[in-house]
Amino acid sequence: MATLTELGLAEAKRRIASREISAVELTQAHLDAMERAQHLNAFITETPDLALEMAEAADARLAKGEAGLLEGLPIAIKDLFCTEGVATTAGSHILSGFVPPYESTVTRNLWAQGAVSLGKTNLDEFAMGSSNMTSYHGPVRNPWTRPEDNAALVPGGSSGGSAAAVAARIALAATGTDTGGSIRQPAAFCGITGIKPTYGRCSRFGIVAFASSLDQAGAFGRNVADTALLLQAMAGYDPKDSTSADLPVPDWTGSLSGKVKGLRIGIPAEYRVEGMPEAIEKLWQQGADWLKAEGAEIVEINLPHTKYALPTYYIIAPAEASSNLARYDGMRYGLRVEGENLAETYMRTRAAGFGAEVKRRIMIGTYVLSAGYYDAYYLKAQKVRRRIVDDFEQAFQKVDAILTPTAPSAAFRVGEKMDDPVAMYLNDVFTVPSSLAGLPGISVPAGLSAEGLPLGLQVIGKAWDEQTVLDAGLALERAAGFRIAPYGLG
Amino acid sequence: MSLDKATVRKISELARIDVPDADLEPLARELSAILGWIEQLGEVDTDDVAPIRSVMPITHPWRDDVVDDGDQQAAITKNAPSAHDGYFVVPKVVE
Repeated sequence: MATLTELGLAEAKRRIASREISAVELTQAHLDAMERAQHLNAFITETPDLALEMAEAADARLAKGEAGLLEGLPIAIKDLFCTEGVATTAGSHILSGFVPPYESTVTRNLWAQGAVSLGKTNLDEFAMGSSNMTSYHGPVRNPWTRPEDNAALVPGGSSGGSAAAVAARIALAATGTDTGGSIRQPAAFCGITGIKPTYGRCSRFGIVAFASSLDQAGAFGRNVADTALLLQAMAGYDPKDSTSADLPVPDWTGSLSGKVKGLRIGIPAEYRVEGMPEAIEKLWQQGADWLKAEGAEIVEINLPHTKYALPTYYIIAPAEASSNLARYDGMRYGLRVEGENLAETYMRTRAAGFGAEVKRRIMIGTYVLSAGYYDAYYLKAQKVRRRIVDDFEQAFQKVDAILTPTAPSAAFRVGEKMDDPVAMYLNDVFTVPSSLAGLPGISVPAGLSAEGLPLGLQVIGKAWDEQTVLDAGLALERAAGFRIAPYGLG
Repeated sequence: MSLDKATVRKISELARIDVPDADLEPLARELSAILGWIEQLGEVDTDDVAPIRSVMPITHPWRDDVVDDGDQQAAITKNAPSAHDGYFVVPKVVE
């Protein structure tokens, strides 16, 4: 059965459609893999019974000749998407015991297309983190280890459990969310593909909110075609999210060609950051050469405000978070710790329910929004954000897509960087600017670090132009030929 | 910007997060380090720059003002730490 977990999403779809394999067989193979990989801590809630029930229903529909886009395909869901009747924690103690009475639009879309739910994956608490170490449910282990030792490495974050599950062949694909890099960075760390579409492409309804002007759902897969297929089933207009775009979802899968001939690909000078490992610098150059060999034109560009993106993000995201997380007051759902009076109950509940990083961000957000500091911090950040958006707009006058490394390092050890929040924030230096501009971005595994760990390349596209992002991603995938399974899989 | 203990206490009260006295000092240091790093934004010339609130020019749609969902009292109170007769039970607010 082991080979069934080696199939990609699109390949499994073909075999299911031809009735070569059943949805139940395919699901059972993944549940067995899940059982063997408990040490990764990739899931917060596993739903094997629900998975088999959904797989049986999919087989019944297939027998009748009815099949959705993802009929019978087992996938994993980041535990930030509300799922009706299945516990949803956002990786936080404050949501302990919470069982949503409603379904997020993205997961509803997936089930409507016949997908099978394996369970809810681990994540940084409220998606605030780049290592999956801030989860109340413990860190996730990257299925990759350095060849020379067996030390536990982080899968990246915040969607670390989803990335680990896909890399470890527990799930064919998985959903994630990306606020400042939470899909692309873990995809790079785990040697898989991850796409964040344009802000507004997927509905945010039923996704636990972190920073509403940045949060966007996206997809993980082990190749570009799989990632495109999952995203296609997730995306679409939703009247329940007033920021979701009323645009048709293009047939990304059908149009996927990997052709980059004639495309102008920008290389931003400002992304050459100090202290970047040589392997990443070389891989970036290699990526440009690969695209050039396929007929793309490489163009040097400037994104002058790049270095200000992270500090801008660390005003805007905590400000929005402090407001969004005000709802966790112990009254309507989740944890309540009783105090002497109402105010004390609030304070004790939130002190016990939130972890250190979430508290830090709520307090930073509260401070930058407080009377006397709003203009100096929040308004200033909104103005610098405009500068960053303008940088991209000017660059896209000259180019069709932008190529960068996904992250400034490969996966690091579990426990590293925890004593220095700013050092941790720097992980997202290449992903945050495009998040602030709402642009689509993909990370494709393209090579190995000096220590033998996967490295990703990122393609950033124009708003609503996921197709070019996917095609350039596919061109990189073909050229890189990255087909290594994690060493840690044994 | 360096925050003192009194300011951190005030922020914690605004944020409704109880912070033990012993944690004020280390928290002040952490938050000050983050704010100090953020202050580099002062270098950016933002005169005559309009702040951006929504990154996509999405126009908010209008819809008819009609009820299209409802009667969800049981579902809404199901997760409450304390509920009674279709209401949330909260600590006494008015003395």
